[in-house]
Amino acid sequence: MTSSLLFNVTTIAYFAAMVIFILYLASKGSKVALVATVACWIGFAANTAAIGMRWYEAYALGFEQAPLSNLYESVVFFAWSILLIYLIFDVRYKHRAVGAFVIPFAFFGMIWAQWSLDATIQPLVPALQSNWLTYHVITCFIGYAGFAVACGVSTMYLIKIGKEERAAEGSPIGGILGMFPSAKVLDDLNYKAIMLGFPMLTLGIITGAAWANYAWGTYWSWDPKETWSLIVWFIYAAFLHARFTRGWVGRRAAWLSIIGFAATIFCYLGVNLVLSGLHSYGAA
Amino acid sequence: MSKQSNPVDRLWDFFCSLKLTITILILLATTSIIGTVIQQNLSPQEYMQKLGMSESTYNLFNSLQFFDMYHSYWFLSLLGLFAVNLICCSIKRFPHVWKTVREPVLVADDGLFKTFSNLDEVVADGSMESVREKVTVLLSKKFTAPVITEQDGKIHFFSQKAAYARFGVYVTHLSILIIFVGAMIGNVWGFKAFVNIVEGTFVDSIWGRSDSQTPIPLGFEVHCEDFEVTFYEDGRRPKDYVSKLVVKENGQEVLRKTIEVNDPLQYKGLTFYQASYGQSGDPVFRFRVQERATGETVEVVGRQGKHLPLPGGAALIPMGYASNYQSFGPAAQVNIDVGDHQHGNPFIVLQQFANFDEKRGGAYIVTLLEAEQDYYTGLSVTKDPGVWVVWIGCFLMVFGSLTAFFLSHRRIWVTLQPLERGIGVKVGGVAHRNQPAFSLFFDELIKDFNDTLVEK
Repeated sequence: MTSSLLFNVTTIAYFAAMVIFILYLASKGSKVALVATVACWIGFAANTAAIGMRWYEAYALGFEQAPLSNLYESVVFFAWSILLIYLIFDVRYKHRAVGAFVIPFAFFGMIWAQWSLDATIQPLVPALQSNWLTYHVITCFIGYAGFAVACGVSTMYLIKIGKEERAAEGSPIGGILGMFPSAKVLDDLNYKAIMLGFPMLTLGIITGAAWANYAWGTYWSWDPKETWSLIVWFIYAAFLHARFTRGWVGRRAAWLSIIGFAATIFCYLGVNLVLSGLHSYGAA
Repeated sequence: MSKQSNPVDRLWDFFCSLKLTITILILLATTSIIGTVIQQNLSPQEYMQKLGMSESTYNLFNSLQFFDMYHSYWFLSLLGLFAVNLICCSIKRFPHVWKTVREPVLVADDGLFKTFSNLDEVVADGSMESVREKVTVLLSKKFTAPVITEQDGKIHFFSQKAAYARFGVYVTHLSILIIFVGAMIGNVWGFKAFVNIVEGTFVDSIWGRSDSQTPIPLGFEVHCEDFEVTFYEDGRRPKDYVSKLVVKENGQEVLRKTIEVNDPLQYKGLTFYQASYGQSGDPVFRFRVQERATGETVEVVGRQGKHLPLPGGAALIPMGYASNYQSFGPAAQVNIDVGDHQHGNPFIVLQQFANFDEKRGGAYIVTLLEAEQDYYTGLSVTKDPGVWVVWIGCFLMVFGSLTAFFLSHRRIWVTLQPLERGIGVKVGGVAHRNQPAFSLFFDELIKDFNDTLVEK
C-alpha cells in the first residue's frame, strides 16, 4: 500500500461525498446524507493513512521530516484539515446539508494536488529543518480549515436569508433551500467555525513569528506571506466585532467571512504563485 | 442614543465605537495589500529600471510613502488610532464587566427573571428550611455552591461559574498593546546587523543594516574556526551549513557553539544567525606533476598566480578555478613556465579525470588532486530587547482569546417563596457564550429540581 494509492482513494471518496451531498439536497432522503457522511469518514481515514504513509516513505528515503514540506503535501493536509473540522461540526451539530458546501473545497484541493502538483518527496532546505515547521503548518491549516467551513456556511446563509425574508412569516420554505438549516443556525455555525479558526490562525502567526525570530533573528519582517496572514487576521477580527455591531450583523458578517476565506486562499496560494517572499514551499 | 452637544463627549464616543474598530480593521487589511504588491525598500533606480515604473509614478508613490509603507506616517497613524480605539473601548466597557463579576446581583427580582433565556418554576413540598437545604446541596453538587440571601420572607440563591471568562477579551486587547510596546522597544533600542567571517579568522565589529558605513564594535571577538556546507546527493540543494564559532573576550574563550540555520548563538544580548556563506579568495591547489622524459613525479601545492617549481627548472602556474567545468567537475586552468619566464599556452586539468592531461603530449603531465576553497560564513546579528515583551503579548493573546472564545460565564439564580400549595421555586440561568449547551444543562438541572423537591 503506497501513499499515492491511498491519496487516490481519498480523492474518490471526497468526490463521492460531494456528489451524494448534492443528491441529498435534491432528494431530501436522510439515508442519502448518511451515505455521504460515511464517504466523508472513509475519505478522512484514507487521507490520514496516506499522510502517515508518506511520512514513513520519507523516513525510508532517509529524510527525517514531517509530510508538510512542499505545496503538494500542504494541499493534501489542507484537505485533511477541512474534513477534520467538518466532521467535528457534523458530529456536534448534524446539519448534513453543510457538507454540500464544504466538501467541494477538500475535493478540489485533492484533485488539484493530484493532477498538477509535484508529488515527489524532496528533502528540506536548511531553512525549513525545524520542528517549528510542524507546529506552524498544523496551526495555520486548522485555522484555514475553520475558515473554509465558515465560507461554505456563509454562502448558504446568503442564499437562504433572501428566501427567508421574502417568505411569508411562518410559511415553510420548500425545495432545496428547505434542506438548509435556518439562517439563524447558519449564522451561528459561521461564528462557531471562525471562533475555532481565529485562535488557530493567531497561534499559526505566533508560531511563525517565533520560528522566524529563531531562524532569522526577526519575528516580523512584513514579507508578503506574513502581511497577508495579518490581512486575514484583520478581516476575521473585523468579523468578530461585526457580530456585536448594529448594521453589521447578518449579511455583512457573512460577506466578511467569504472575503476572509478568499484572502486566506490568496495568503496560502496567491502569495506563492503571484508574489515573492520567504515562503516558497522549498520550490525555489 | 441621546443627542450630544458636548464635542468632548462626541469625540469620546467616536473613539469608543465598534464601528470605528471595524472600519480601522478593514482599512488596515486593505492598505496592507499595497506593500505586498509593490516591493519594499528598493532603490529609485531599481523601481524605475527593474520594475519599469515611470518617473511620475515613482514620485507619486514616493510621496505617499508606498516604498516603505509599513513604516510610513499614515500606516503608523492607523495603527496608533487602532490602539487608541482599543484603549477607549476597554476603558468604557471594563468597569461594567468588573462590576458584573465582582459585585454580582445576588437577588433576582421578577424583572430580572423575565430577561433570562432559561427559566422554569417548580412547586416544592416541605418547609422553607428543608427546601433551602435541598437546593443548596443540589446547586453545590450540580453547579457551584450558592450565595444565599434572605429577604422579605424569600430565599435567594446565586451561583456562578467561570466568571473570569469575561476578562478574556480584555486580556486579548491588552496583549495587542503589549505587542505594540514590544515592537517599539525593539525599534528604539534594537538593531539588525550583519558580518562575514572568513574561516580561521575573527571579527570584533559588525555592520548595521540601515547604516552600513560605520562598524558597530562588539566588545568581544567572534572567531569562525571552521565552516562547512554539505549538499544533498543531487549536488545542488544544500543540506546543511554550519559554522564553528568561538566567542573570546580579553583573549579568553567564553563561549563555543556550532551554529546552523535554525540554531543561532546568543551572547550579551546579541544573537548570531547563520544566514549565508560564500567563497573567499582564491583556492589552494594541490597538483601531481610527472615529468614525461624522466618519469619523476612531484606534488606541488599553491595558490593562483604562484610559480610552483617543477623538476627540471620549470614552474607550474595555476591561473583559474572552476568548481564544475562544463559539468566535468572541479577544474584548474594552468600553464607552465619552462624556465625562461615564457609562459606556454594555458590548459585545463580536471580533478575527476586523472590521466586526461597525458593526451596533451606536453613535457609534464599535470593532474589536479585537490582544490581547497576558503569559505566565509555570513551571519546576521540582531539585538532586540523588546522581543520578550512581544512573546509575553503573544502568550496573553492566545490565552485571552481561548478564554474569550471557549469559556462561558454561567449564572444561575433561584428564589424560594412560600405559596399556598407549597414552596415556589423559581430558577433562572444565563450563559454569556455557548447558549445551546447551557440550555441542555439547564433542562437537566430542572429535572433534578423536580426529582429532588417534588414528592411523587
